[in-house]
Amino acid sequence: MQRSLIPATTTPLFPSVRFSANALHLGDAHPEPVSLRLPLIASPCPQAGFPSPAADYVEETLDLNELLIRNPPATFFVRVQGESMVDAKIFEGDVLAVDRSIDTRPGSIVVATYAGDIYVKRLAKLAGGRLALVSENAAQRDQYPILYLDQAEDCTLWGVVTGSVRRF
Amino acid sequence: MRQQTNSLLSMDTISPSSVDTDSLVTGARPRVQTRFALVDVNNFYCSCEAVFDPRLAGKPLVVLSNNDGCVVARSAEAKSLGIKMGQPWHLVPKEFKARGLKALSSNYTLYADMSHRVMTILGGMAPRQEVYSIDECFLDFSGMGLITTTFRDHGLLIRNRIQQWTGLTVCVGIGSTKTRAKLANHIAKKNPQWVGSFDLESLTIDEQRQWLSSLDVGEVWGVGGRLTAQLKAMGIHTVQDLKDANPKRIRGQFSVVLERTVEELNGISCLDIEELSPKKQQILSSRSFGQHVTSEADLREAVLTYLARAAEKLRAQGSIAGMLQVGIQTNPFKPDVPQYNKAISCKLAEATDDTLVLGQYAVRMLKQLYREGYVYQKASIMLTDLSPRTERQITLFEDTEGREKRERLNAALDTVNRRYGSRTLQTAGAGIHKSWSMKRGNLSAAYTTDWRSLPTVQ
Repeated sequence: MQRSLIPATTTPLFPSVRFSANALHLGDAHPEPVSLRLPLIASPCPQAGFPSPAADYVEETLDLNELLIRNPPATFFVRVQGESMVDAKIFEGDVLAVDRSIDTRPGSIVVATYAGDIYVKRLAKLAGGRLALVSENAAQRDQYPILYLDQAEDCTLWGVVTGSVRRF
Repeated sequence: MRQQTNSLLSMDTISPSSVDTDSLVTGARPRVQTRFALVDVNNFYCSCEAVFDPRLAGKPLVVLSNNDGCVVARSAEAKSLGIKMGQPWHLVPKEFKARGLKALSSNYTLYADMSHRVMTILGGMAPRQEVYSIDECFLDFSGMGLITTTFRDHGLLIRNRIQQWTGLTVCVGIGSTKTRAKLANHIAKKNPQWVGSFDLESLTIDEQRQWLSSLDVGEVWGVGGRLTAQLKAMGIHTVQDLKDANPKRIRGQFSVVLERTVEELNGISCLDIEELSPKKQQILSSRSFGQHVTSEADLREAVLTYLARAAEKLRAQGSIAGMLQVGIQTNPFKPDVPQYNKAISCKLAEATDDTLVLGQYAVRMLKQLYREGYVYQKASIMLTDLSPRTERQITLFEDTEGREKRERLNAALDTVNRRYGSRTLQTAGAGIHKSWSMKRGNLSAAYTTDWRSLPTVQ
């Protein structure tokens, strides 16, 4: 199959989506984190007779979405429960951005469903080439058993964790 | 075009302008230029639920209508149990529930968000798109110039991408017209050998004939139950029969619309992708109550709540309404209780899109409608006589400043309710506790649209 037909960019080739008569108007594609729009250089209103020398340098504002979300329609947020991944800097209560469009590989931190529950774990290739979901909490290692993919009937790799949000 | 000598053409007409006639011998593939696809999500509502709750995957699941009344969606497993669409939940046999059949209330917030994701992805995979409903859309592949791959392969690519990016499974049907694409989609869904992507035009004329002869004429887009019966009375039983029918005769006996359908079946594209939606000519907002409502005060809350929603839709499409209809009714399915079903319309002094003005009218109209001694089950609001806001007549005693303030107020209402969820800001008359509102006993979380409802991962 020829994959190069559609460039792997996230900007749609044909961004004109319109709606037919019986189409529904839909809401936002993903939850909107309060976007932090900070002008790089605050530009005071130019006073009459005194042009602001800084006005030429204001180029853009910053939006946290750009840091977190590469591909909006494929990105979901989940909340962390428990301490199985503290060594990977993932703590209880954190909000993780999960991108489903990225192919999972051994070494990725993934969200996966396993025997009816949803986990965040490191996908690892262990002895004998067996794939497994591995926790990262050396201090409480015995609390979090290794989940071998070939031992579950229903296991899906749900997406790849691309970032984490924590508020103090 | 060369002189056409092939007698097949009279039966299997394909638009002469778009066909290479050299190949029009039985067994050869006509080279058609236009290509449409109809893409739809399999068991959309149930599939959305299963993406976020792995315990539901592969299990029999139904989604129920508002007030948990009737089955509006079934997972594949629920279909094979024999659950019917529209079946009232309390009539579903107990033994199914013992066998693990689960029921959820409809979570439209979640479905709308997932739909938006699917449509965004699909919009990036074809030059033109028409979103047809919450779970299906037409794509126009014409002019994509697939040199190294087939249309069916492109359909498989679409299917794989939607599967990976959203967790939902789609079917892709491809044809030289929208009507043929819709049929191809039906074939893709019912025949696993195509793996969810089927291009009707990749078959020979003979193979096409075989498929279309095996399908009931009622499967054709736009051919409903009554029309099906009339066609069968004329001896038109299969899709192929309708395709072979004389379009002029069909027009004489039925309508121009059905004549167009016959043309479309024969590969002459009459229906284009509708990229611009014609504005709605009426806006309806009506719902059943979750409990028995008898008092005028409760009815007033419901009417004002529905009215706010209707006015929101009105402003969203940039229209103003000249006419308002309010209706209330008892439950017609309980013939043993006293019945009352009435609606009144009112021509507004001037067309408006102002929630507060419309609300004043609605309250007065309800006063006229309301009768004591009935158990009400439903209220409805309809806005008609719509015109573009920009063409509003200015009245003689126009209070421009007051009007502008009101417009800003309504705009603020819409902004707040869009950002923080509907009904965050509302008129006091619409009520706070809404004791009459829907029963949604088994609602899954707003997994994708509410920070407090995100799926948890261990």
